[in-house]
Amino acid sequence: MFENIILILDATLRVSAPLILAALAGLFSERSGIVNIALEGKMLSAAFSAAATATVTGSVWLGLLAGIGVSVMLSLVHGFATITHRGDQIVSGVAINMLAVGLTVTLGRFWFGLGGQTPALTDDSRFTAITLPFADALADVPVIGMLYSQLISGHNFLVYLSLFAVPAVYWVVYKTRFGLRLRATGENPHAVDTAGISVAWIRYRALIIAGVLAGMAGAYLSTAHSAGFVPNMSAGKGFIALAALIFGKWKPVPVLFGCLLFGFLDAIAIRLQGVELPLVGEIPVQAIEVLPYILTVLLLAGFIGRAVGPKAIGQPYVKSR
Amino acid sequence: MNDSKIPSWVNIFVLPLINIMFAFAFAAGIFLAVDVNPIEAAGVMVRGALGYQEGIGYTLYYATNFIFTGLAVAMAFSAGLFNIGGEGQAYMGGLGVGLACLALDSTLPFWALLPITMLASMLFGALFALIPAYLQAYRGSHIVITTIMFNFIASALMVYLLVNVLKLEGQMAPVSRVFEDSAGLPMFHEMAAWFGFSFSQSPMNLSFFIALICCVLVWALLWRTRWGYAIRAMGASPSAAEYGGINYKKLIIVVMLISGALSGMMGLNEVQGYSQQLKLDFVAGYGFTGIAVCLIGRSHPIGIILASILFGMLYQGGAELSFDYPNIDREMIQVVQALVVLFSGALALMLVKPTEKLFVFLDQKKTALAGTKAEA
Repeated sequence: MFENIILILDATLRVSAPLILAALAGLFSERSGIVNIALEGKMLSAAFSAAATATVTGSVWLGLLAGIGVSVMLSLVHGFATITHRGDQIVSGVAINMLAVGLTVTLGRFWFGLGGQTPALTDDSRFTAITLPFADALADVPVIGMLYSQLISGHNFLVYLSLFAVPAVYWVVYKTRFGLRLRATGENPHAVDTAGISVAWIRYRALIIAGVLAGMAGAYLSTAHSAGFVPNMSAGKGFIALAALIFGKWKPVPVLFGCLLFGFLDAIAIRLQGVELPLVGEIPVQAIEVLPYILTVLLLAGFIGRAVGPKAIGQPYVKSR
Repeated sequence: MNDSKIPSWVNIFVLPLINIMFAFAFAAGIFLAVDVNPIEAAGVMVRGALGYQEGIGYTLYYATNFIFTGLAVAMAFSAGLFNIGGEGQAYMGGLGVGLACLALDSTLPFWALLPITMLASMLFGALFALIPAYLQAYRGSHIVITTIMFNFIASALMVYLLVNVLKLEGQMAPVSRVFEDSAGLPMFHEMAAWFGFSFSQSPMNLSFFIALICCVLVWALLWRTRWGYAIRAMGASPSAAEYGGINYKKLIIVVMLISGALSGMMGLNEVQGYSQQLKLDFVAGYGFTGIAVCLIGRSHPIGIILASILFGMLYQGGAELSFDYPNIDREMIQVVQALVVLFSGALALMLVKPTEKLFVFLDQKKTALAGTKAEA
């Protein structure tokens, strides 16, 4: 039983990591007032470019950089359309998502000839498990040993990075001057402008940070969680991250818990497949899979708590008004 | 936008064309990147889409889907709502059609079944749009987010139903049984034969004409009725509409029901027309393409028909292209589509200013010319 719980939590951490990174990416962009339904597309293209670069160069670090680079570029496209040209943020996001699905497969097929996949990565060109100090020594100690060596130790670099990112983002958003301006831009851009701060520059910076985080999330999918890129491998994770962002009410720590909850649901969905539970019988996997979406809808509708987004979200900033 | 300095014909025809040209220019760059000559490719696509009867049939079969989903997006757009849930609503509409066919195909003749499947497609699509609409109108949750979530709920529901309920005994593939022959929509080549014409076999079917009728109905509703006026008023300015005594909450619900019903009718073409059985993923992104279609078509039924045919050509031509060029697949069409959404939608305002400047410049030149002539 205890071992099972540890294994489920272990799996939870692994599936939550990309959600956390992507949701924090969304947090930066939405807190600055830019709706980001393009998280999915950024993750997907980052996953592809990370795997492709790691395959060609053999270095996973270059892969990570490439993933981040591509994701930031897409962020800038989003910014160019929505900040500079005041285009519709949803439309721009839809375009980026479509572009990612199409381009990754087209280029992947052209470069690698595997029907859009990238070749399988070997262990030295992907992020592998890091064994923390003393993990092996402590493994035999009851309870703590299992907890430490199974759950806490033995994850890859990006999992630890995603957990570290939460307090870092908290600090940036709540304790720095940039964070204050970021939040103000999302709530009342006119006030920010009146104070002589460029709304556009704040929003561009927020989008660049979002690009970096979403790029890491994408690279995680193809170089840490799996070993290579498969077409459409983000499979709605960007939208789950968006749901977690709303679920966490656009605040870093609650967002973390939202991601862990959704990751946990994902982890038990796999384990509950075909298992007869007492009283309820077998739960269809799909029922657990849609829970994040249903919970988010309920929360947005105010049936379980209330999620109110940044006030100026979705509106292009027009100076004279 | 109405205080623009350019003539309206430029705004309606020239600007959208320039935007599409930009998208195609970028697409051409990507064709070059995968070693395909874009001009040759365009030739293959146009020939594949329009060069022979079967190709035309396929083009219009795809266009049927896009007319339905494009109209659905346009309907919501004209009320200022963004219905991004066409994908899920079309999926549910198809489910309604499929269930009606599975239940009644051996008992009812076609002429009695058709009204039922049409109603089922509209009802299922509309009901699936009703919840996001209600939540937007009365609970203030943003319709874009809820409809995105509902797309995922629809696809999970469909997987569950096909895997656990509708799948045939002893079969691996998650598909329902094929409907009786009598249940399928008449194909266009059959219909042509009734009137003594011959047309090559293609999946184009009766639903194309249903889609055209829907265009007329949407046009009449939006531009010839009081409701349509209220809807467009709400789209132009919700606060003014409310001040004018329009009950916008009720209107949100009505508009989304119609929008969902239109998306749902896409299921007629795919389920009762093309595959004649229920299977997974028959919507295949057509719901999202509706957004592109609506943007290019400027939310007007005539524009939507033209844009749908353009996208039908892209899909059919793209399929043809993938036979000739190993580097090209359906995904390439997705790229072109994405670029169209980007340039005609998100970056639509980018070229307004330069075009305005150009026109003002030309105007000044003209008056200056006239001035010098008068002096002389």
